[in-house]
Amino acid sequence: MKFGVLIFPGSNCEHDAYHMVSKVLHLPVEFIWHQSKDLKGCDAIVVPGGFSYGDYLRTGAIAQFSPVMEAVRKFAANGGLVIGICNGFQILLESGLLPGAMLRNKGLKYVCRHVHVRVESAETPFTGSARAASVLQIPIGHMEGNYFVDDVTLRQLEENRQVVFRYCTPNGQITDEANPNGSLANIAGICNAERNVLGMMPHPERASEAVLGCDDGLVVFQSMVHSLEPLAAHR
Amino acid sequence: MITELEITPEILARHNVTDEEYQRIVQVLGRQPNLTELGIFSVMWSEHCSYKSSKVHLKRLPTTGARVLQGPGENAGIIDIGGDYAIAFKIESHNHPSFIEPYQGAATGVGGILRDIFTMGARPIAAMNSLRFGPLEQVKNRSIMDGVVAGIAGYGNCFGVPTIGGEVVFEESYSGNPLVNAFALGIFKKDQIFYGKATGVGNPVIYVGSKTGRDGIHGATMASAEFDEESESKRPNVQVGDPFLEKLLLEACLEAMKTGAIVGIQDMGAAGLTCSTCEMGGRAGTGIEIDLKYVPQRESGMTPYEIMLSESQERMLLVAEKGREEEVFQVFRKWEIDAVTVGRVTADGLLRVKDHGVVVAQIPNAALTDEAPVYQRPLRQPVVVSATPRPAKSSPPKLACGAVLRKFLSSPNLASKEWVYQQYDHMVRTNTVQLPGGDAAVIRIKGTEKALAMSLDGNGRYCRQDPRRGAQIAVAECCRNLVCVGALPLAATNCLNFGNPQKPEIMWQFSEVIDGMAEACRMFETPVTGGNVSLYNETLGEGICPTPVIGIVGLIEPIRHTTGSWFTGDGQVVALLGPLTASSNEYQVTLEQAFSDIEPEVNGPGDAYTLWANRLHCPPLDLRQERRVQRACLEGIQSGLIRAAHDCSDGGLAVALAEMSFSSFHSMRQGARINLTAAEFPAGVLFGEYQSRILVTLDEAHWAALEKIATEQEVELLRLGSTGGERLTIQDGGSVLIDEAVAELESIWKHSLGQYFQR
Repeated sequence: MKFGVLIFPGSNCEHDAYHMVSKVLHLPVEFIWHQSKDLKGCDAIVVPGGFSYGDYLRTGAIAQFSPVMEAVRKFAANGGLVIGICNGFQILLESGLLPGAMLRNKGLKYVCRHVHVRVESAETPFTGSARAASVLQIPIGHMEGNYFVDDVTLRQLEENRQVVFRYCTPNGQITDEANPNGSLANIAGICNAERNVLGMMPHPERASEAVLGCDDGLVVFQSMVHSLEPLAAHR
Repeated sequence: MITELEITPEILARHNVTDEEYQRIVQVLGRQPNLTELGIFSVMWSEHCSYKSSKVHLKRLPTTGARVLQGPGENAGIIDIGGDYAIAFKIESHNHPSFIEPYQGAATGVGGILRDIFTMGARPIAAMNSLRFGPLEQVKNRSIMDGVVAGIAGYGNCFGVPTIGGEVVFEESYSGNPLVNAFALGIFKKDQIFYGKATGVGNPVIYVGSKTGRDGIHGATMASAEFDEESESKRPNVQVGDPFLEKLLLEACLEAMKTGAIVGIQDMGAAGLTCSTCEMGGRAGTGIEIDLKYVPQRESGMTPYEIMLSESQERMLLVAEKGREEEVFQVFRKWEIDAVTVGRVTADGLLRVKDHGVVVAQIPNAALTDEAPVYQRPLRQPVVVSATPRPAKSSPPKLACGAVLRKFLSSPNLASKEWVYQQYDHMVRTNTVQLPGGDAAVIRIKGTEKALAMSLDGNGRYCRQDPRRGAQIAVAECCRNLVCVGALPLAATNCLNFGNPQKPEIMWQFSEVIDGMAEACRMFETPVTGGNVSLYNETLGEGICPTPVIGIVGLIEPIRHTTGSWFTGDGQVVALLGPLTASSNEYQVTLEQAFSDIEPEVNGPGDAYTLWANRLHCPPLDLRQERRVQRACLEGIQSGLIRAAHDCSDGGLAVALAEMSFSSFHSMRQGARINLTAAEFPAGVLFGEYQSRILVTLDEAHWAALEKIATEQEVELLRLGSTGGERLTIQDGGSVLIDEAVAELESIWKHSLGQYFQR
């Protein structure tokens, strides 16, 4: 089982994702340069955070055109696991792999702090090891995390249980006060209808080791590993 | 050689070059300089680049030690932290640009210091900053602060370095002259260090990074003059930063260094191409010849003068091994960054600048660097503006201490800086072990059992009263902060912010600060490995408080010794290491007077703490006692006795106790019951800013062991009370001095800074 971590010009959480997979999960992991046209046989792809192309135009707007994204689209269409974190989520939105768009935070400022999110669906390869409705403490760090989507699509997301994480209070209430960026319906993370592509604004890799004060985020990666295990055994 | 227009007194004045300096230029060259050469001399001999007023004093700082691999003189200092690893770190000012254009001024300050770190081969893993503004009641100060914080965030967040700590201070003297001091720290293996030396005659000189434009011309000269009413028209002198390009430059440089083809490398900061060429040649004792036709340019029609003096950001100059250029170019092509050979290293020691083959400037490198003018400027001790002595009142003022505490906690100087640091990505690179808000920032070093702690400290208001002792206190407090998180202080960097050095009173302050800092750094064994001097911090003739800022890095090993400054549970003993007060009559008198003065303000809308603090004399400090207290604390932590430790300084004992009781990411909110003997002037004991004090908590079972350490170190250890409940209660025998709900205090402390920006 091998993880791939994409690198775009301006990615800056790629080393964090790499460290998490190699030193915390103790699994093989490889960097994949944005010019690459294939995914080097990886079983799961991490689109890391950062400021791809400086985010000078619109977050993720240029990265979607990188050659590697064509490979990611094919990989995802074949059921491959893709997780986009922060800028990675923004890139997946721009690439059309996930629906919706990001607006600037309601406070108009970059926000870096720990938040709480509730697991809205444990029926995804990214949350299979978590309890449904459990609360995870995971940090955010972004300027554009105010998720927006039209009413019809929102209804579809809710009906298909594609909302995977919602910002909540420490005891799991979904309130305005618990929403750090004004995102629609407190959405912190969503998956596609096929449930193999996840985008989330919080950084689970920043909450994966006790030494960092919190390892609630580890469950996301452990879930991915568990869902890939049968596949790996089959090979 | 092209001869241009005649050098007139007006042209000299515009370049801040004095008559004597001009005569020296003529003497060095053996002829009159042309305008390009004059421009080159003016930036290299500017205060900013040459340290001409400060050099004679800086020599008195201790700069060597067993761990120092590189002291002052390079792009950054380097320290051995054991194992295979070394760290490079430095602090630098960007005060003048940040006043003129807060966002870009601060952003490029961050960009500059990051380049200083990775030009040595180190990957930046932490940034901090020390900021000073005028009072937030004034809309102009709020807008400067808003822009500065956004600029630091905009640059650091995009670049991908965590901004993990620092300080923010508010005081009237910074209204027309904010201070923005940026610190960065990088890590590398000891055998991967690169220096800014142009060695190897015949080796190619390669320009990499952003194209050169007309921005920032004469930035270094601007930073070497006072502000007047027309300073804002100098906005074109401020550079514009591109953090995305800097991030690419970082990755490309580190990758190119791995090829082994790079001989020397230096960033183009102040004075751009001029400074990097002559300094790299100067350090190696070689010459450099470049032709400007090869320099990537953003616009056409730039003159040699403009190209040499441009301060366009995100550029580096490197010297590669002859014949291996292609290996370097290949890496920069991958990252889509310009890289071109612009010249070569020569043996003649000259900086020779050609434009399409025609020599447009030719100056000995040494004349621009090591042999630049040095001034022994006159010193004069100013008449101390101490508080006018008043007849002592029959009894000290009787204040409601709870109300004072609430009021103090709402002061921007004491309130939580959450509004600031939440705008900075302080967790990228997943090393941040202790989040901002503690005594010092702590990051782990992956793959080791080590962690690094770092802190920035300064105190302009103490230094205004007593520059020597104020500087000592800055160093003492910085080390104390490190010790509180469980770190052994290793080495320092400093940023010295002062007014006009041509005023003997300012130069006296500078000299005193150096002596104070030198004494303290010797005492704590923290050599100064580099830093920056920022003079001419004056607007319309009004100087800032003399403000030396010290940054010290400490080592925590093993990492489990990392200690927080928050109560960690109930039933813990709360104790004070060090003296409860100090026997200084002078300080006691100013304390009483300061409280009398703010009595009407305690229930008013103003910032009573800052008003009060500005009336205090610089508190006494005994360096030896300070060292003993710090040693006892560190030993207590390393022996596993101390659960929490907190430096007791601004706002005194009461504020420090309140801060320990607040909730944090690392701990829950927790009250305490404290009992102390406050004598006849409780407010003085509760709020006096006495030095050499550390609040600690520990299990009852460990009391005897900690007492033993304290006795051995000859340090006072005073049992104050215990943690528990939801209130902070401080009693003097039977009388209650403070009894406040912690939740309420925390709410005041947490939100008051942000409220200024919701107006």
